[in-house]
Amino acid sequence: MIAKRVLLGIVLMLTLTLLVPFNTYAAIENYKFPQAEMAPRFNDLTNVLRCPKCQNQSLADSDSIIAKDLRAQVQNLLIQGQTNEQIIQYMVQRYGDFILYDPAFNKSTLVLWLAPVGMLFIGLWVLWYFGRKTQIQATMLTPEEQAQLNRLLAQDERQGTDHD
Amino acid sequence: MSFDQQTTKSAKLNKRLLLVLPMLLAFALGLFLYHGIGKDPNAMPSSLIGSQLPQFTGETLQAPVTSVTQADFLGQAALINVWATWCPTCRAEHAFLNHLRAEQGVRIFGVNYHDQRPAAQQWLQELGNPYVFSVFDPKGALGIELGVVGAPETYLIDAQGRIVDKLIGELNERTWPALQKQYLALMADDN
Repeated sequence: MIAKRVLLGIVLMLTLTLLVPFNTYAAIENYKFPQAEMAPRFNDLTNVLRCPKCQNQSLADSDSIIAKDLRAQVQNLLIQGQTNEQIIQYMVQRYGDFILYDPAFNKSTLVLWLAPVGMLFIGLWVLWYFGRKTQIQATMLTPEEQAQLNRLLAQDERQGTDHD
Repeated sequence: MSFDQQTTKSAKLNKRLLLVLPMLLAFALGLFLYHGIGKDPNAMPSSLIGSQLPQFTGETLQAPVTSVTQADFLGQAALINVWATWCPTCRAEHAFLNHLRAEQGVRIFGVNYHDQRPAAQQWLQELGNPYVFSVFDPKGALGIELGVVGAPETYLIDAQGRIVDKLIGELNERTWPALQKQYLALMADDN
C-alpha cells in the first residue's frame, strides 16, 4: 500500500508542475514619449499601418525586424512633432499603399473599391431582368386560353359562387 | 407576330441567358484568378521605383571605415544589394553576386542590414567580396529610407542615382535576366 501512495504522490507532484507557468521570454517593448497625448497616437498609428513583411499583421502586432524598426521610426517622428498625416505620408512614400490597412482611392485600387458596387448592380439587374420577363409571361395568354378563361369565369358567375 | 411566338421566344432567350450569364461570370472570374497565379503574395511594389535615391550618410562596413553618402553610388548603372549574415537566402545568392562582379563586371554596392560588424566582415572574407563597398546599417536606418522589407533585396540604379527596379528575394540565374535587360539598356545609354 505504501508503494501505491508513493506512486500517487509522484503523479500528484508531476501534475502540480503543470501549474507552474512556463517562463515566456516575449519581449515587451516600452515606448516612452515626452507628452502623454503621443502614446495613444502611437497605438493608433501602429494599428492602422500594416507590417510590410508579414502582411496580415499590423505594425503593432508583428515581431519582425522591419516592424520593430518602423515602430521605432513612428516613435521618432512623433517625438519630432510630426502629425499623424505626415507620419502616414512618410510610410506611404517608402512602402506604398500596401502599408495602409485602409487603402486610398486611386487608379490601382479602383477595382477594389468599385467591385462591391458593381456586383450589387449586376445583382439588381439580374433580379430586374428575370423578374420583368416572368411578369410578361404570366399576363400573356394564347387566344384559346383566353377563351377558356372567359368561359370558366362566365360559368363561375352563373353558378353564383362567392369566393370572397 | 402572335403572342404565342413572342412568349416562346422570350422564354428561350431567358433560358439561354441563364446558361450564358453564369458561364461569362465564371470565365471573367477565371481570367482574374489566372492573372494572380504565380504572383508572390509577399511581393510589394516599391513606391520608390522611378525616384531618386534617398539622401543618407552612413559608414562603410570594412576598414578603412569611411563616411559614405548616396553620391558614392553614382557614376554608372549599378546594383545595390541588401544582405545580412543571418539571412540564408543571402548566402544562397552570394556566389551569383561574385559571378556578376567577376564575369559581367557589374558594379554592386552592399547594404549590410541589421548585422554585426565582425560577423559580416568574416562572411566577406570567407565567401568573397563582390561589393565596391558595403554600407554598415546595423539599425536598418538606411533600410527604411530605401523601403527595405527584408533581406535580400536588390535595387537597380542608373548612373544618376535613380531607382530603376527592385527585386525582392534571391538574385540568381532565373531572376537576373529581367534586371539584366534593364541594366544593359542603362549601360548602352551611358556610352
